[in-house]
Amino acid sequence: MKIVVAIKQVPERDAQVRIDAAGKWPNTWIVEADLQFALNEPDAYALEEALQLKEKSVAADGEVIVVSAGPERVGAAIREALAKGADRGIHVVCDDLGARDALGVARLLAAAIQPESPDLILAGLQSEDLGLGQTGVIVAELLGLPHATLILHAEKTETGVTVKRELEEGWFQTIEMPTPAVLTIQSGGNKLRYATLMGIKRAKTREVRRLTAAELDADSAPVVVLERVTLPQKQKSTQILSGTAKEAAAALVEKLKFEAGVL
Amino acid sequence: MSGILVVVEERAGRIARISWEAVAAGQRLGAHLGLPVIAAIVGAQTEALAAEFAARRLANGMRLVQVVHPLLAQYTADGFTLALRQLIEQERPAQVVFPHTYQVRDYAPALAARFGQVLIGDVIAIGDGPVFTRQLLQGRLNGNYRHFGGGPCFVSVQAGAFRPEAPGNDADADPVQTEIFAPTLDPAQIRTRPSEPWRGGALTVDLASAQRIVSVGRGIKEAENIPIVQELATALGAELAASRPICDNGWLPLERQVGSSGQTVSPKLYLAVGISGAIQHLVGMKGSQCVAAINKDPDAPIFEVADYGIVGDLFEVVPALTEAVKAAQQ
Repeated sequence: MKIVVAIKQVPERDAQVRIDAAGKWPNTWIVEADLQFALNEPDAYALEEALQLKEKSVAADGEVIVVSAGPERVGAAIREALAKGADRGIHVVCDDLGARDALGVARLLAAAIQPESPDLILAGLQSEDLGLGQTGVIVAELLGLPHATLILHAEKTETGVTVKRELEEGWFQTIEMPTPAVLTIQSGGNKLRYATLMGIKRAKTREVRRLTAAELDADSAPVVVLERVTLPQKQKSTQILSGTAKEAAAALVEKLKFEAGVL
Repeated sequence: MSGILVVVEERAGRIARISWEAVAAGQRLGAHLGLPVIAAIVGAQTEALAAEFAARRLANGMRLVQVVHPLLAQYTADGFTLALRQLIEQERPAQVVFPHTYQVRDYAPALAARFGQVLIGDVIAIGDGPVFTRQLLQGRLNGNYRHFGGGPCFVSVQAGAFRPEAPGNDADADPVQTEIFAPTLDPAQIRTRPSEPWRGGALTVDLASAQRIVSVGRGIKEAENIPIVQELATALGAELAASRPICDNGWLPLERQVGSSGQTVSPKLYLAVGISGAIQHLVGMKGSQCVAAINKDPDAPIFEVADYGIVGDLFEVVPALTEAVKAAQQ
């Protein structure tokens, strides 16, 4: 089974983000120079599911290919995926990812994936930066493939896959579908693996093909534009209790008991 | 023809609250753009929902379209996309509004793409323009989005973001005009076979009725550190709960998860420990009477909904708080 996993590099979760007041969207909505980047966690779950599907398969022809769009720095996310066990990578080199809307990004990825004719395309269910949660679904639409979202597990069948889909409030359902298909993967279905030293070494020898947006001929004018970024307004005025841990803790108990009356 | 099309979803046989909120968002857009609202219900048997909708007696001039076909008895992305595409082609709405549910997330991006459009998802506010606000970086920032060009603008609204109109507050409202729209669907076009939904396992912890909850997030770093939060919960006589990553890692059972994929809670006291406050978590606990948060990051979104906050290292604050709670009880 040939599986393509679409991955994204995003700012690290604990990164202190600053709005770039001088910069103008689309290139700089937050100050990038401050930031460290990491593999989007939901995509790490998609990669894990792909690696496990390959490892469980009895056929020896399994292959996991990671594809990512973005500037040079994205190469690090692809190497990380290779170090964890992906067989090769495709880097869609593109410095203006932020200027593309979800359809524009999906067009790039779909154009890069199509020649591979994979049996399955996996993606994380959403990114931790823009959180659009659409890329996988639109890729399916563009390639004319069936899809399912919020998937925890996939199992190969005679004619396709059976997947476990998460619904809201602790409900699930099982879906049977033919392949090729696109699945967006929910977190928590598997335990994530770490890259081993051996894996990191091996990753250096694996192929990463570079494609440009121009080569893919998948440009389109955006129909939805992020115009402005602002700090959220507080919904409540929070009383911040300061002092040492002990002082703050004592103050909180006082407030909860006498002001809020909830103790 | 042009208007604001609102796709209404059911939950356990009733129109879900978030769908009424989507109708409210549609009404706001309608007032802003001077366009009427058209509500759509999709399914195989929609009479009961249509009757429930009509009984609400919302503002004048609203139409209700029942999109009905036997192949829509159970949700499939293919079925809903095909059916709504045909309705949109007939109605040519300026805007299409959805509740931001798991189901909508599953098909609306594909439906929008079929029109060369992009869904503006999980919207929390609509301003003049219209400008649509949604959250970025897990709630740390807001982004204002605008739609350009012709073709319908697709929008989904977040749970709790828009206040639904009270039932029957427009006593003079004409009854809603109800119509049937029968899309053309072929069984071969439905490529997936979904099962009936099933529960992940019997719930043995009822967080929904807990008076006090201590909830733990990523800040706890390792499973070995959970006991310090458990001790605090015990001292407070509170149930222990968690955000999604904690349950994903298997550090606490899934049934203790609060948020869109877990339980929805509304205790008197919700104490969030090391939880940043991503929206998926906030929707599960916004109804709490009093929220207190401990987090090392002063910009964490949890402080936007907290009444009391301590900015600091939870490994120092939590044991100190446990002691303070015990001392107060003596």
